[in-house]
Amino acid sequence: MIEHLELFFKSIFIDNMIFAVFLGMCSYLAVSKKVATAVGLGAAVIFVLAVTVPLNWLLDKYILQAGALSWMGPEYVDYDLSFLSYILFIATIATMVQLVEIVIEKFSPALYNSLGIFLPLIAVNCAILGGSLFMQARDIPNLGLALNYGISSGIGWFLAILAIAAIREKIRYSKVPAPLRGLGIAFIITGLMGIGFQSFGGMLTGDNEPPDEPATVTAEAKEDKEKSNKKDLGEKDKTISYNEVEVLNK
Amino acid sequence: MALLSKKDANLILDPLADNNPITIQVLGICSALAITAELKASIVMAVSVLFVMGVGNVVISLLRNLIPGKIRIIAQLVVVAALVIMVDQVLKAFAYELSKTLSVFIGLIITNCIIMGRFEAFALANGPWRSFLDGIGNAAGYGLILVIVGFFRELLGSGTLLGYKVLGDSVAKTGLYSLGYENNGFMIIPPAALIVIGIIIWIQRSRNRVLIEEA
Repeated sequence: MIEHLELFFKSIFIDNMIFAVFLGMCSYLAVSKKVATAVGLGAAVIFVLAVTVPLNWLLDKYILQAGALSWMGPEYVDYDLSFLSYILFIATIATMVQLVEIVIEKFSPALYNSLGIFLPLIAVNCAILGGSLFMQARDIPNLGLALNYGISSGIGWFLAILAIAAIREKIRYSKVPAPLRGLGIAFIITGLMGIGFQSFGGMLTGDNEPPDEPATVTAEAKEDKEKSNKKDLGEKDKTISYNEVEVLNK
Repeated sequence: MALLSKKDANLILDPLADNNPITIQVLGICSALAITAELKASIVMAVSVLFVMGVGNVVISLLRNLIPGKIRIIAQLVVVAALVIMVDQVLKAFAYELSKTLSVFIGLIITNCIIMGRFEAFALANGPWRSFLDGIGNAAGYGLILVIVGFFRELLGSGTLLGYKVLGDSVAKTGLYSLGYENNGFMIIPPAALIVIGIIIWIQRSRNRVLIEEA
């Protein structure tokens, strides 16, 4: 349980997809002009990451790793197919995105309408492939943690795009120097937010301390509370955006 | 430039400045920023992208009449992934340390939007030679920004360039450090890359006012 919590907060705050490793920057900058669209893309990213990371974990574990083919018989023990991981991962992602699109279109037209245009974009969102590659590079030990990693890094991405979209909506009323307008100021704000997120680095340094260290527990509890507050906010935004989209469609 | 007509030359020169993939088209930012803390890694990344884009654009351009429109994204991804695997294997064989530093970021060239962007926008509609030039030009424009960012981050952050201590030794206090100069640790952390690029955009757009965005 504790390792799940640790991974969860670590991937949201410390190894945030945007602020620590800059993954998915293109869509992050392109689709963050309005909160409503940003929420749609963010939700799609969480969803696709939650599906593809565990799937790629299974592929990595049972097909790609050195010795992974041993389940096929003793003569396959020596095979190491890890050089194929890029092509297999990206094929899985592209296929899953296509599949997810079809399924959502069939069963939840409202969700499809709000995610629709973003889903194909997501196949080439670096955050998705990055999620799988980091999962592989960090040797995530089991399927549950891989699922956790997918969801939580998706939430981290969601928070980041939500924050920048809100700031960019407000910044239209400020006097930004003309050459910095738009893209330039978005870069600098992201940089400043990234520096802010660096301060989360000290959040989970409890490796050498006993697990029941009160300071860490309270800190985590506090984060938990903040997190749930934020989540509530996020969900509220989401429902609003769905309503708006529906209205627009009418 | 007797080899190239003026139109072809523009294919290479345009993306270097006024149509730069990073600062103007906003493509290809994803996989690159985290590795610009050192100049060497930036150069390797730039060269890898140059190779993948040059060859990839030619391959896609040759196949452009064979790929059905509906599955072109997957076809493009497969071509890029195959090229990136080649780059990755070469790096692992000849520069193992460097490939450790770059870790997953070489793999992320696959989803570098600039590559898919050029495939979609150019290679699918043009012949191989022009596509090749377009690929080289855009990759060079991308590499240029990487190298500029890498240069400043390594120089100001660690006081070195490609590992050479150009500003003197920070521990023994020689060179510039004897005057009381200190390294700016801020430049090492990842967010500094974003701010450096923000400043590059600022400078570029103040020099060329056509590029300024509408409020």
